[in-house]
Amino acid sequence: MTKKNRLFLLLSPFTFYSLLFFLGPMLILLIFSFLEPGIYGGVEWNFYHHNYGRILGWADGEFEDFDIIYTIIFLRSVRLASITVLFTLLICYPAALWISNLNPKLRNFFIFLITLPFFASLVVRLFAWMIILKPSGILNQVLISLHIINEPILMLFTEGAVIVGMVYVLIPFMFLPLYASIEKIDPMLIQASKDLGANKFITFYKITLPLSLPGIIGGSILVFIPSLGNFIVPDLLGGAKVMMIGNLIEQSFLMGRNWPFGSALSMILMATVVIFLLFYVRSVSKYENATETIK
Amino acid sequence: MPKLVQIISANKRFKTPEGDSVTALDDVSLEVNTKEFITLLGPSGCGKTTLLRSISGFEELDSGEIIIDSQEMKNVPSYKRPVNTVFQSYALFPHINVENNIGYGLDVTGCPKKERNQRVKETLQLVGLLGYENRKPIQLSGGEQQRVALARAIINRPKILLLDEPLSALDRKLRQSMQLELKNIQNKLGIAFIFVTHDQEEALTMSDKVIVMNHGKIVQIGTPIEIYDNPMNEFTAQFIGESNFFTGKIDIIEDILTIKTTCSNTFYLRNFDQSKIVKEKKITVSIRPEELLLESDQFTEKYFIECNVKQIVFLGTDFKILCEIGNNKIIHSVIRDTHRNNIDKCKVGSKIKLYYNPSSFRILKDD
Repeated sequence: MTKKNRLFLLLSPFTFYSLLFFLGPMLILLIFSFLEPGIYGGVEWNFYHHNYGRILGWADGEFEDFDIIYTIIFLRSVRLASITVLFTLLICYPAALWISNLNPKLRNFFIFLITLPFFASLVVRLFAWMIILKPSGILNQVLISLHIINEPILMLFTEGAVIVGMVYVLIPFMFLPLYASIEKIDPMLIQASKDLGANKFITFYKITLPLSLPGIIGGSILVFIPSLGNFIVPDLLGGAKVMMIGNLIEQSFLMGRNWPFGSALSMILMATVVIFLLFYVRSVSKYENATETIK
Repeated sequence: MPKLVQIISANKRFKTPEGDSVTALDDVSLEVNTKEFITLLGPSGCGKTTLLRSISGFEELDSGEIIIDSQEMKNVPSYKRPVNTVFQSYALFPHINVENNIGYGLDVTGCPKKERNQRVKETLQLVGLLGYENRKPIQLSGGEQQRVALARAIINRPKILLLDEPLSALDRKLRQSMQLELKNIQNKLGIAFIFVTHDQEEALTMSDKVIVMNHGKIVQIGTPIEIYDNPMNEFTAQFIGESNFFTGKIDIIEDILTIKTTCSNTFYLRNFDQSKIVKEKKITVSIRPEELLLESDQFTEKYFIECNVKQIVFLGTDFKILCEIGNNKIIHSVIRDTHRNNIDKCKVGSKIKLYYNPSSFRILKDD
């Protein structure tokens, strides 16, 4: 066996796992999305494109109706995911900047703190948010006792609650790639910039920010994808009012028992994600060609 | 005329992670004139880089003053100081091309576009990098990166250019040609250079004035020739060039001073400072290897050291002879023997006489 082949063997567990549990189900989804839904669930093995027609607009009305609500839900998901990306970025960038300037021991401690929420179950953490946000919850009580508001305001089951929840859940995904790219920046570059007459704001804009761009893009993708398809957070904190594409897919499969329609929704979601990923891969590889560290 | 730079009793201590404190600058005072090429020379950890970083504003002094162009620098941030630095690692901005690296200092200070482009071009020409405008730093060789770093630092026309061991990453040949080029560029620009190095050859080649530092203190200040010919103490004598050291007692004080060394040799000195000489006093003297010769002339025939040849090393132009003079003490002699007349006569193990001029010995200060 040549050396190349033997090295290839190292890939086999990953390949096996992906084929069985990732590509397999994907293929099933793809096939199902073009099949006719059975009357009592399941599928009829006939080619059927109206699953996509219902979402994208060419359903003929005989069996299935086009409904603009799916587009609205989809756009809402994109919007909420984008807002989540923006907030995680605004929260994590200053923190990553600050932590990367600490001594190594303290840095590791703070990174540990950032990843600490991972140690508790997601659902438990979201229930905690429900307790905080509900009308008789902690936040409303505090605001009332401080006389900032007179009666409880509606916080739970709003878009705001969903965003708060998603930002909270996804902060580590933004922080870690951001931190990794900021920490890599040679402090001498910052000094060189100051030496050449740039104050700290110009230095940040012209040196730190462009050099941390791979981290910004990476973190944004890592936050955008899971928030776009998220269904636990909108389910618990958004209730029935703030439905996202993830909830729609979940409902089609479980309550609607319409597997082909759920599959079609999933495929459209996945296509969107793939487009974002392609954008990421292209921009990062272009960037890394240019900024490989000087030896 | 006021000096361009005045540093008045600068002190700086660092805390190590173990909680100890290290003295980086110990009451350092010095002056730099306009258009002067100054070298801070010393082993690593002697405080020379700290001194440089204090001038550029990246280190704050514990006490003392730095005055540049009659202005006290204490509360002036680094980006407002009239100095620019060539960093040891070059610190080129990896994400922008050569032109924008060089133009950075003008871009961030709001220089008009037309003037900016003109000056970038002039500077590229000065460092010989025309045609490299669109390359990224990663695409340049070490020597080219060095030139970009230099160009970037001089484009703002600083009053002083600080260079932090900028040649240490280059190979020997390139380093030597860059030494001459740096000197030329300095002459053309007419700005003061403060050059930090641990390489004595660099210091001697380029400087108008060498400042020898050790343990945070200035050991000696002088022209390269002064420093080489008259090292004040053992540190300078062995750090700059090579030296043979002898310790002994003063025996006879006359026109010629006689010294008996610990390994029972006798040396003779002429041209010494009478005032400091006391009989029986311990004394350390030094002599350069090239001042110990195989052949005598009419002045030196009475003055020689007898020794055993231990090893002969061929250095290219010169031969280095390592000799033992008793008590396992090894002395070095460097002989230029282009026609190979004398070197053939001396064999490993043979006894030879190394002649010296009594004026060549230098009396060193005790540390």
